[in-house]
Amino acid sequence: MIRVEDVSVGYEGRPVLRRLSFQVHPGEFVGLLGPNGSGKTTLIHALAGLLAPQEGRIFLNGEPLAALSSRRRARTVAVVPQATDIRFPFSCLEIVLMGRYPHQRRAFSLTEADLAAALWAMRETTTEAFADRPVTDISGGERQRVIIARALAQQPAVLLLDEATSSLDVRKKVEIFELLSRLNREGLTVICALHDLNLAALYCRRLMFLKGGRLLEDGPTETVFTAATLERVYDTPMEVILHPGYGRPFALTLPLHPAAPARAASGGVP
Amino acid sequence: MGAVAGESEALARTLDRRRRGRRRFAAAVLLLSGALALSVVLAVRLGRLEVTWEAMGAVLLAKLGWAPATVDRTTEVVIWGIRFSRVILAGLVGACLAVAGVVFQGLLLNPLADPFTLGVSTGGAFGAALLVLLGVGGSFWGLSPLPLGALAGALGALSAVLLLSREAGRIRKETLILAGIVVSTFLSALISLIKSLDEESLSAIVFWIMGSFSGRGWVHVGLLVPYALTGLVLIGRYARELDILALGEEHSHFLGVAVTRVRLVLLIGASLLTAGAVAVSGVIGFVGLVVPHVMRMWLGPAHGRLLWLCGLGGALTLIWADALARNLLAGGMELPVGVVTALLGGPFFFYLLKTRRARGIW
Repeated sequence: MIRVEDVSVGYEGRPVLRRLSFQVHPGEFVGLLGPNGSGKTTLIHALAGLLAPQEGRIFLNGEPLAALSSRRRARTVAVVPQATDIRFPFSCLEIVLMGRYPHQRRAFSLTEADLAAALWAMRETTTEAFADRPVTDISGGERQRVIIARALAQQPAVLLLDEATSSLDVRKKVEIFELLSRLNREGLTVICALHDLNLAALYCRRLMFLKGGRLLEDGPTETVFTAATLERVYDTPMEVILHPGYGRPFALTLPLHPAAPARAASGGVP
Repeated sequence: MGAVAGESEALARTLDRRRRGRRRFAAAVLLLSGALALSVVLAVRLGRLEVTWEAMGAVLLAKLGWAPATVDRTTEVVIWGIRFSRVILAGLVGACLAVAGVVFQGLLLNPLADPFTLGVSTGGAFGAALLVLLGVGGSFWGLSPLPLGALAGALGALSAVLLLSREAGRIRKETLILAGIVVSTFLSALISLIKSLDEESLSAIVFWIMGSFSGRGWVHVGLLVPYALTGLVLIGRYARELDILALGEEHSHFLGVAVTRVRLVLLIGASLLTAGAVAVSGVIGFVGLVVPHVMRMWLGPAHGRLLWLCGLGGALTLIWADALARNLLAGGMELPVGVVTALLGGPFFFYLLKTRRARGIW
């Protein structure tokens, strides 16, 4: 579905990602992890065609991404960017309906199918309650869910999320990831960049670790989510334990100072 | 089954709300059109020379070819040649400036953007004034070169402002208006210099910098119309994209808008409107700033509707501003219309700014 071949990409003269190669198959749920500045956002932007690779090529369903028209690309790939501020008081429904743009013919041909798709997306993200409220009047977390609804209204095959849930509280985060999981089981390919290691371990079936613009590790969550990998990626002492009930790995961050483990050994960690 | 029923119910409710929204929009357009028609007639009556309803009716009927001419030549010239043409021109210029303003605001995500604050108007005036200085006259296929000079100047000033406010590949909102004011002030000074060198009267300088419809007529309507039409058609085609672009460049790209091309077309469209307006009436501020804000507050930010409302509202505003400019001073003296729009628009915009800030929208 997505094939990245030897891609280097960055901003004017400053390469961020160097010679990346990987494939993502339909129906995968990929977590993109790495410290700040490791290139997660850049990779999302490259996969969305916003940044053209300086070297190498990206293919979408076998076609070069750069050769697709903007609308065709947006019918296949939808993006939820990092929390953004919107200045114009469009109603939330109007914002979600903008997700129908790549499906619409010229001019103002908003069909009932478009409306139905938008309403479906709003129900899935529990945003119907503020359909008529101006997007400038709702909270940051609510706005982010409206943007997720807009991406779903695009009815994409691939959904890219860039720290999309960082501004949400725990409950809303989990709700969004439950929704992504369900849509993923129904066939949606999900690639999400995130900082929350345990959320990634809980929901993503494949993890890619970026550091300094290179792909450090890439594989099934069970195999790559290890203390050794995490310590190497984040330069932070870590421990990974298996949750007794769920059988999913969980990461514990340990203090940086060497004195700490001694206290831990004497029963500091329950 | 319950879920499906709930779904169609929600859809029905939404469709109903949208129908109501469309009715509100239609009502607003009707209201503004009615007010516009009324204003044209009233503004034609206002002036030193009294115009009777009968004379106006007779002239109109004659011009539409529905009745033979019955009024004397002088009355006809005053009503048709001077007043009507001027009122129509003011309306067209107002529509152009307000639509250009709404485009600049949406495209540059800046509530303070308009042809005047961005320096585009002054750029246009400079271009036109430079052509006059160089003595470029004549016409190309019946088109005067004046609007072309204004267009070159407008595009030049816009490019300069966008370049000046660009930092690391992004247009900075804070610097945009600052750059616009710097460019505008500099070009105003250049216009004054050009006009002084040309030993033209002070009134020529005032015309370009403060704007005026004094002595303008059907010729100028003819000059403006091709620019206005081209600009409006270009912009009208991309009303939906303008909505999306108002969320920012990245969002627009992700939603499938061909950002670079669409933005270029819209900037050119808005520059065409500005250049046409400036070439016939000089620099008139505040119309492009205040009218879009009022219309957005009234019926929301969707550009498909906003463009129509701004066209009508801009026409209405400038017709009355010009009527005031003609009639405010005793003894037949005229004020530059830009003075009137600034006098009315300045405090009004300040009020908008305060109330909007209070509601936390900008």
